Amino acid sequence: MNWDIVIGLEVHTRLNTRTKLFSSSLNAYGAEPNTQANLVDLGYPGVLPVMNEEAVRLATRLGLAIGAEIDQASRMARKNYFYPDLSKGYQISQDDRPIVNNGSLSISTNDGEKTIRILRAHLEEDAGKSTHSFRPNQSGIDFNRAGTPLLEIVTEPDFCNATEVITYLKKLHHLVRYLGISDANMQEGSFRCDVNISLKPKGSDTLGTRAEIKNINSFRFIEQAIHHETERQAELLESGQSVVQETRLYDADKNETRSMRSKENAHDYRYFPDPDLLPILISQADIDHEKQGMPELPWLRAKRFSESYALSDELIESLLRDRHHADLFESILQENPDLPAKLVANWICVELQAIAQRFNSSLLDSPLNATRITELLSLLHKDTLSSSGAKTIAEALWESTATPSELMSKLNLAQLSNDDDLLSIIKIIINNNPEQAQDFRDGKTKLMAFFVGQVMKASKGSANPKRTTELIRKLLSA
Amino acid sequence: MLHHRSLMQLHDSLKSGEFSSLELTTHYLNRIKQLDGTLNSIITVSEDIALEQAKEADQRIADGKASALTGLPILHKDIFCTKGIKTSCGSRMLDNFVSPYNAFVVQQCQEAGMVMLGKSNMDEFAMGSSNENSFYGPVHNPWALNNIPGGSSGGSAAAVAARLTPIATGTDTGGSIRQPAALCGITGLKPSYGRVSRYGMIAYASSLDQAGPMAQSAEDCAMLLQTMAGHDPRDSTCSKQKVPDYLASLGESIKGKRIGLPKEYFSEHLDSHIADTIHAVAKQLESLGATLHEVSLPNTCIAPPAYYVLAPAECSANLARFDGVRFGYRCEDPKDLNDLYERSRSEGFGPEVKRRILTGTYVLSSGYYDAYYLKAQAIKQSITEGFLSVFNNNIDCLLTPTAPSTAFPLGNKVDDPIAMYLSDIYTIAVNLAGLPALSMPAGFDHAGLPIGAQLIGPHWSEAMLLNVAHQYQKTTDWHQQIPDFADSINT
Repeated sequence: MNWDIVIGLEVHTRLNTRTKLFSSSLNAYGAEPNTQANLVDLGYPGVLPVMNEEAVRLATRLGLAIGAEIDQASRMARKNYFYPDLSKGYQISQDDRPIVNNGSLSISTNDGEKTIRILRAHLEEDAGKSTHSFRPNQSGIDFNRAGTPLLEIVTEPDFCNATEVITYLKKLHHLVRYLGISDANMQEGSFRCDVNISLKPKGSDTLGTRAEIKNINSFRFIEQAIHHETERQAELLESGQSVVQETRLYDADKNETRSMRSKENAHDYRYFPDPDLLPILISQADIDHEKQGMPELPWLRAKRFSESYALSDELIESLLRDRHHADLFESILQENPDLPAKLVANWICVELQAIAQRFNSSLLDSPLNATRITELLSLLHKDTLSSSGAKTIAEALWESTATPSELMSKLNLAQLSNDDDLLSIIKIIINNNPEQAQDFRDGKTKLMAFFVGQVMKASKGSANPKRTTELIRKLLSA
Repeated sequence: MLHHRSLMQLHDSLKSGEFSSLELTTHYLNRIKQLDGTLNSIITVSEDIALEQAKEADQRIADGKASALTGLPILHKDIFCTKGIKTSCGSRMLDNFVSPYNAFVVQQCQEAGMVMLGKSNMDEFAMGSSNENSFYGPVHNPWALNNIPGGSSGGSAAAVAARLTPIATGTDTGGSIRQPAALCGITGLKPSYGRVSRYGMIAYASSLDQAGPMAQSAEDCAMLLQTMAGHDPRDSTCSKQKVPDYLASLGESIKGKRIGLPKEYFSEHLDSHIADTIHAVAKQLESLGATLHEVSLPNTCIAPPAYYVLAPAECSANLARFDGVRFGYRCEDPKDLNDLYERSRSEGFGPEVKRRILTGTYVLSSGYYDAYYLKAQAIKQSITEGFLSVFNNNIDCLLTPTAPSTAFPLGNKVDDPIAMYLSDIYTIAVNLAGLPALSMPAGFDHAGLPIGAQLIGPHWSEAMLLNVAHQYQKTTDWHQQIPDFADSINT
């Protein structure tokens, strides 16, 4: 029997706020255990949560980017369950009034564009982290993560296969990073995915029983988990058994999913509105302000780049991978519209990236701003600099406050492109090598390399090789 | 007899140098030592802190930097977190808990230069109407030692009545300031919800909890409220509404004030002596120029059931943090995690707290939420609208009894939770509507037990309520009556 696969996703992405969702503790990863947990995070008696406005703004931003409705009076709710790393005995989340409703994201599939409906996105606090390898017979709890802000983005069951899932996840992952909503670092758990999967007979309208696979934090594992779970369910159904509604864990080492909690043992979370927090009021002016501050969405920008600059899709994708790179690209072209777009894009995505990697850094954190890069590329474009000279200077720029021109003189990298100067050198070389000149004239054109080499030597490498070649050919064919 | 003086009089004496804060503090500490063994109104006496703060206050007075409250002793209900000394909330669960920070109210009093005498006894986690639900044993009513003082702020009420402190703080979720104030013959004010920050006040039912002053008179309440009230960014539900000068308006005439008497508060179930007493208060207010009007609040009788859904629902979540993991009581030798949870909570909480946690868990459960929680929210809304429509109809404030009976004997209702819950029948609706209300002494029953009259006003009308009560107290002396117990020793 053939099956249709039905998949829905819940993505938890950690918001890029300075402090936690309800407390003044820092929202940062990697600190010593329990050094970023204050009394609010620890759920001490008498303390109260205070809403982080920045988190509300970032959630609104995502909502606008996916064309969703923003609830102008959403509210927080308490989700009750006991666990040692859940300090208050309840998680502050959203239930019946999430901040973001009914958005969508369109993905490219083999059958063309497909719209994935996003049911909702809601704000919630993360829990702490239990560690069981802490000491023999003891567990440890790190509350640094407790109270960090998450946005849970929930789709409708609109995916038919793992490829669509991964395409969507990559697009969403890129979007939240691009918009500065989240750093979405998967290793650090800042972008985690729960997958709901069910099977139904091909063409059927009735959804099957679903299993939820929790907390998978790499694209590869998600793909593997979907394949595995699909096979498991198909085997069950084809052998006349049924799928149990349950939560399953994916074990990447064994490439299998296993049961964590069945429906009978499912929590009754007893949601109710959190009386410590007022409804989150967002005015139309707040929404308009957020809209105005919203950067051009990456898919719209890609379309514009393709239309205005005739760049390859690959190069555009590469430019847009990091919003700073795309911004640099446009600033440079604005400073010097004569520069070829492809040259600029290549330098940003390839040459400068290579240097950044050597410095273990990024363009954003480097002293290379649009003005300095524009000057550098203009020198290259005018042939005042050779390509290798430009690379040398780019590297020097990383550790210097001098301008590219200053560095060029300092490092003696200016290219000799002036015809009179070049001709005077070339004439001497030809006079000093009459035999080779004759051989060249007789058709031994391979000797061009010899003449160029001699000119380079004589000019201490500063001769523009392209012009030099042209001039030699002109002189020897006359 | 220093302790017969009001807070205002004590302030004047400190200012004039008649005695020092240290002398005054020592006087009250002595009274506590001699009398509180009988009353059990205080869980922790903070003598060292009190003496230290008194010395600082004297210095401040000498330096001319004193505020109205500098040097005056105060007792805090043990629900307010106090840095450095135990904050038990009347529970075994927190018997070992020393808060690392001060509640907003405690901090405000401290900054004003007040002297903390200690922490008062209370019903466990503020759940109760008789103060019999305390891990530290019941409080005795100074007017009749075999009777209850009311609850949950029973310790604060008894201590003020017995003049173990000139003033105290309390909290009120369903009547916990007003009912014990009535039963102990003192004045207590529950401010509008959001008037006083809840930061550092251990939560029972977050949407109803409100801190307020418990004192000998409306004037004294006004002095303390001035310091307690105000915006605190750490409590999102705390209002930014401007705090008026509560003392400034006390002296205003109440001529022309329209006072409503809601007929549902005077049903045949009300003790006739209490009814007569409240009508006498009405007559007195009328003689001061107010006018009396019968009004109706038809939803009054459904306030208690709504309250006993909403408050337990919130408490079931608020008390989940007491799990034996990070602070508070932890059972001996837990077998595993569930055992740790189950036994720490079973052994750490008393029966009334467990009853409300279970009730709250039930009403929030899947399948019951709409029938209980949402229904109760709807009732809350309709009760609020009922009050507002009366106030919008040109009624300035309401006059009602505070409690349906005077202080009953200890043990009388402990086996009958429903009867106990009805002790709050006249106070609960006010919390559901978030309104301010105060209770003031209005007379005594045949057994010589105090009767309280309740004044209820629209949101943010604390100044008006204090004004009406003060005018009443200027022309009566019920609030100056002191139980013989208070003068049973020679200090």
